[in-house]
Amino acid sequence: MQLKKSKSVRKVLAVATTSLLSGMAHSANSGDNSWEMDSAVLFYSEADRVSVIEPVVSLRKDMGDEHFLNLRFVFDSLTGSSPNGAIKTSSAQTFTTPSGNSTYITAANETPLDSTFHDTRVAVNAEWEKPLNKTTKVTYGANISKEFDYQSLGVSANFSWDFNNRNTTLTAGAAINADTINPVGGVPTGLTAMSASKLTTGSDDTKTVTDLILGVTQVINRTTLMQLNLNIGSDSGYMTDPYKILSVLDGSGNLRATDPYLYEKRPDSRSRQALYWKTVMGFSDDVLNLSYRYYWDDWDVSSHTIEAKYRFSLGDKQYIQPEVRYYLQDKANFYYYNLVDGAIPTYASADYRLADLKTTTLAFKYGIDLDKDSEFAVRIGKMNQTSNGDAPFEDVDATFVQLNYRMVF
Amino acid sequence: MKLPISIFLILTAFISGCSSWGVQPWERNKLAEKKMQLEPALLDSYLDSHIYYSKETSSGGAGVGGGGCGCN
Repeated sequence: MQLKKSKSVRKVLAVATTSLLSGMAHSANSGDNSWEMDSAVLFYSEADRVSVIEPVVSLRKDMGDEHFLNLRFVFDSLTGSSPNGAIKTSSAQTFTTPSGNSTYITAANETPLDSTFHDTRVAVNAEWEKPLNKTTKVTYGANISKEFDYQSLGVSANFSWDFNNRNTTLTAGAAINADTINPVGGVPTGLTAMSASKLTTGSDDTKTVTDLILGVTQVINRTTLMQLNLNIGSDSGYMTDPYKILSVLDGSGNLRATDPYLYEKRPDSRSRQALYWKTVMGFSDDVLNLSYRYYWDDWDVSSHTIEAKYRFSLGDKQYIQPEVRYYLQDKANFYYYNLVDGAIPTYASADYRLADLKTTTLAFKYGIDLDKDSEFAVRIGKMNQTSNGDAPFEDVDATFVQLNYRMVF
Repeated sequence: MKLPISIFLILTAFISGCSSWGVQPWERNKLAEKKMQLEPALLDSYLDSHIYYSKETSSGGAGVGGGGCGCN
């Protein structure tokens, strides 16, 4: 009897809460014609290398009946120097620029950097969220991104289903991107000599990137939420970096006399998997956000990524948030620090991003609610990338500052 | 095939553990707060994934869609 009573009270409370929440949502939908704007500008700078300024504006509009329109605009401006893949040597080295029209010189004992590196990128992303019924929702997305030598077009669809009293959500998503690259000076033929009259396979090439994701999100208790995702991806087409080269050494460890630099060549397909786990835990007014990802692909790259953010509330309106991220990567099976004359493999790249690698990032965020409908935050971080194996490439040290502003208008 | 099967088993175990988890609708006050969402700061996540996409070989896991870039 007691049990029956308690069950009926629960039922009444559940109905009352649901009606209250849906009533609130309805009044917000019908009376609210406002846009929510979230914006950020990122200043990213690597010591002696690349600098990036990247403003992003994202808009969200409640279209009523739980339909939402999301738009995101990104502008990316990149300047500075990028490693070309060649090793440093005890004497100065001369390289041909990608266009083949000029050369640049790297001093002795310095990592060769291509200083002609620059880029601007504009990207637009649009999403339409719509409910299919009370517990299922679908989000359709489309995106376009344009750089002077690269363009990407993509579409995506994400489906979610709430059940178990809305305590469990299953998600399934798919995305496909069709990319085209038009490198300066044409697409170099892989593993042929860098020269002003390089061999090319044409003026452009293409790549297709597909992704599938399956996920489950579970409410554990009143202050804990957990998510597990499995992402399966497949890439095909041109995945080589057309601007990267490798040094070829002779038997005595010096650059070989003829054609000392070859353009890199990567496989034209890759299948990837990532298993991603995340938890959000509330402690009084504070929140811990913890995630782990295991990634592996058929290039033999595997990695562990762990990220933690702890949000300390400072009263009702302000917070500080220390963040730490650690990434450990095993190299691709075609990564070489340099090649050796007479033993040129089918695929090869000296791009340090394919090497045994460790990335450590520390960041700190401060946020303040300016009023009910606006919020400001600043985030400052430092990132270090270092070799985690035999390849003696130089560390990459970067600093970033990010300003965020959110408002409703 | 072994690995995806293990993943599937982990997922199944994860879902089957759900029966003892969860809250009632009136116990959602804390979970409804913005700071308790899986992605409380979407632009932080977007900018981070853009940086790491261009500096590391691994990508994905948190979601799909949103676009590609040359990022060399």
